Amino acid sequence: MFERPGGAGLRRHLPRGVIVLIVIVLAALPLYVEAFWLQMGLFVFAAGIGAIGLNLLTGTTGQLSLAHAFFLAVGAYGYAYFSGSKTQIGGGVEVGGLELAPLLAAVLAVALAGFAGLLFSPIAGRLRGIYLGVASLSLVFIGQHLLLNARDVTGGFYGRNTAPFSLFGFSFTNADPPLTVLGVEFGQRERLWYLGLGLLILCYLFATNLLRGRPGRALQTIRDSEIAAATMGVNVRVYKSAAFVLSSMYAGLAGVLVALAFQRPVPDYFNLSLSITYLAMIVIGGLGSVRGAVVGAAFVTALPQVLTHYSDSLTFLAQPGESGVGAAEFANYSYGAAIVLVILIAPGGLAGVLSGRSGRAAHARATVSGAVPGGTAPGPASPPGGGPDQNGPTGTTSSVTVNKEARHS
Amino acid sequence: MTYFGELLISGISLGFIYGLIALGFVVIYKATEVVNFAQGSVLLLGAYVVARTHESLGFTLAVVVGTAAGALGALLIEFLFVRRARHADPTALAILTIGVDIALATDLTRRIGQQVLSFNDPWGDSTVDLGPFTVPQARIAAMVVSIVLVVVFFTAFKYTSWGVATRATAEDHEAAALMGIRRGRVSMVSWIVAGGLATVAGVFLGTSPSPGLNNTSNLTALNAFPAAVVGGLDSTEGAIVGGLLIGVVQSLSAGYNDKVTFLGSPLGDVAAYIVMLLVLLWRPSGLFGTREVARV
Repeated sequence: MFERPGGAGLRRHLPRGVIVLIVIVLAALPLYVEAFWLQMGLFVFAAGIGAIGLNLLTGTTGQLSLAHAFFLAVGAYGYAYFSGSKTQIGGGVEVGGLELAPLLAAVLAVALAGFAGLLFSPIAGRLRGIYLGVASLSLVFIGQHLLLNARDVTGGFYGRNTAPFSLFGFSFTNADPPLTVLGVEFGQRERLWYLGLGLLILCYLFATNLLRGRPGRALQTIRDSEIAAATMGVNVRVYKSAAFVLSSMYAGLAGVLVALAFQRPVPDYFNLSLSITYLAMIVIGGLGSVRGAVVGAAFVTALPQVLTHYSDSLTFLAQPGESGVGAAEFANYSYGAAIVLVILIAPGGLAGVLSGRSGRAAHARATVSGAVPGGTAPGPASPPGGGPDQNGPTGTTSSVTVNKEARHS
Repeated sequence: MTYFGELLISGISLGFIYGLIALGFVVIYKATEVVNFAQGSVLLLGAYVVARTHESLGFTLAVVVGTAAGALGALLIEFLFVRRARHADPTALAILTIGVDIALATDLTRRIGQQVLSFNDPWGDSTVDLGPFTVPQARIAAMVVSIVLVVVFFTAFKYTSWGVATRATAEDHEAAALMGIRRGRVSMVSWIVAGGLATVAGVFLGTSPSPGLNNTSNLTALNAFPAAVVGGLDSTEGAIVGGLLIGVVQSLSAGYNDKVTFLGSPLGDVAAYIVMLLVLLWRPSGLFGTREVARV
């Protein structure tokens, strides 16, 4: 399933004009839509950034991580602490703060998340495959413990308020300076919308460029076979650590945005199910695809919120307080099922489906275009019944065998 | 000292419960190379069926029915999903089970809601005096039942044809296939065994001193992950040792939490994961796991 090379297919399948059009539409939306959609959009942008980061690690490099929520929390509370000031938040808790400029605080928060990723890399570098996935679980639980107990940084159970963002004197709040564009008052949500959109675009471009170059190929080779990568002169340990650090920094930035969107992040938000939600995003979107990560993030983030918003008119959903399937549950069923379906039927995820290639076809093309010597890519889930390309099955099986022997003997 | 002894006994008994769940992880991992993240919701499924049927069937029969339900649930996951994606790599399969877990756990927690379901088990809240120590009867029962199950399991794993076949498959599944071992059957039986073990563990997680089964019981089962990993994901003995280690650490750190307030609270949950990280730093494949050796 890890067969798609990074965002390389983007240009071929989506003309530049379409992308520009999407960006223009997104940029114009705040002029037309109501607050609910703006708030949701902000969460989608944040999730998109986080998902791109997780995808670099899990999709491209093949390192399963369930620790993403922890790194988001580091970003969120890092920002809150660096930019915040010393205040009483009730319940006898006093939170500290460094009162740095918001921009500096955000940069430091992202760096702090990267540093947290670096601290984990001695473990990440030593562990392989599924052991890493389970070990990363522990970060979420340790993170929860720290967040609840480091009260003077995080505010404890009820969280703490975050300082509003500002950039060179322009504040992302409802006033200061007041701003009206084409008759629409630009308040906090509208301003943050553009901040989120801008950051998402930057993160997107950075990731696609990274994957197109030498580092991207190195990471993909590590995913396909660490031995092959080492033989080709890739320093596996350094690259794995770097992927972890970079992915944590993406998560940290997503955390900063989430903190700004919530205005008061609570520790309980950054729990294991958030990590699993991010995993769901990149699997549904398509592992290894930057565009897929964004599409998956939009789907997974928007679905429960939209269902809740319209639950009055959606008669098959139970209202709050009633027994039956509510909006949140329905969203959970949907993306649980979506994960299973993607892995069984369309290993390329939504990105694969959108570009008209999934499963066997995507794999065949990826094996040809992939930078893997000797075709040692592990076989994807081959759909039963076989496909048009006759070479696939035998090639796949034997390459898996080669891999197995290399690993076990 | 009495307090320490009681904590130790309850930790050991908790450890055996984790050991049962961890054994399920290990059996499935050995037979199919899948790390089954859906184990927690399978546990919840089995225990939920026990909780719903014990009134009409009585406790013993309900446990039998629940165990069958848990085993059937695990079997269905294997048959409907894992089997169809057998050629996907282990990470993809793990993610697949996470998908199953999301859907199944959501449904069960929705059904349980805010209720605390009791099993009406024969032990109730009564305690038993072992010398100077007072221990809940249910904990002793958990220990006895777990030891019996573990002995039965190890005997079966060593002597029955399923056990031999599973070990052969774990060793080298292609050679095993060439010897006429049917991997599908091995895999099915392993998932059934894991589902059954998880259900029994789930029942004991819901008996005294715990108030009953609630909508977070499947998360408690997550603690069996550190247990399985500490012991080594492919070591059956390791699962039991890891379970005991995690159980004792958790019980002691929760029991002495008020003595070490600077470490924060609640300490019990996080202690298991810290132990796991430390063990993994020292031995990346767990205490008894097979070390991966790469040869080019």
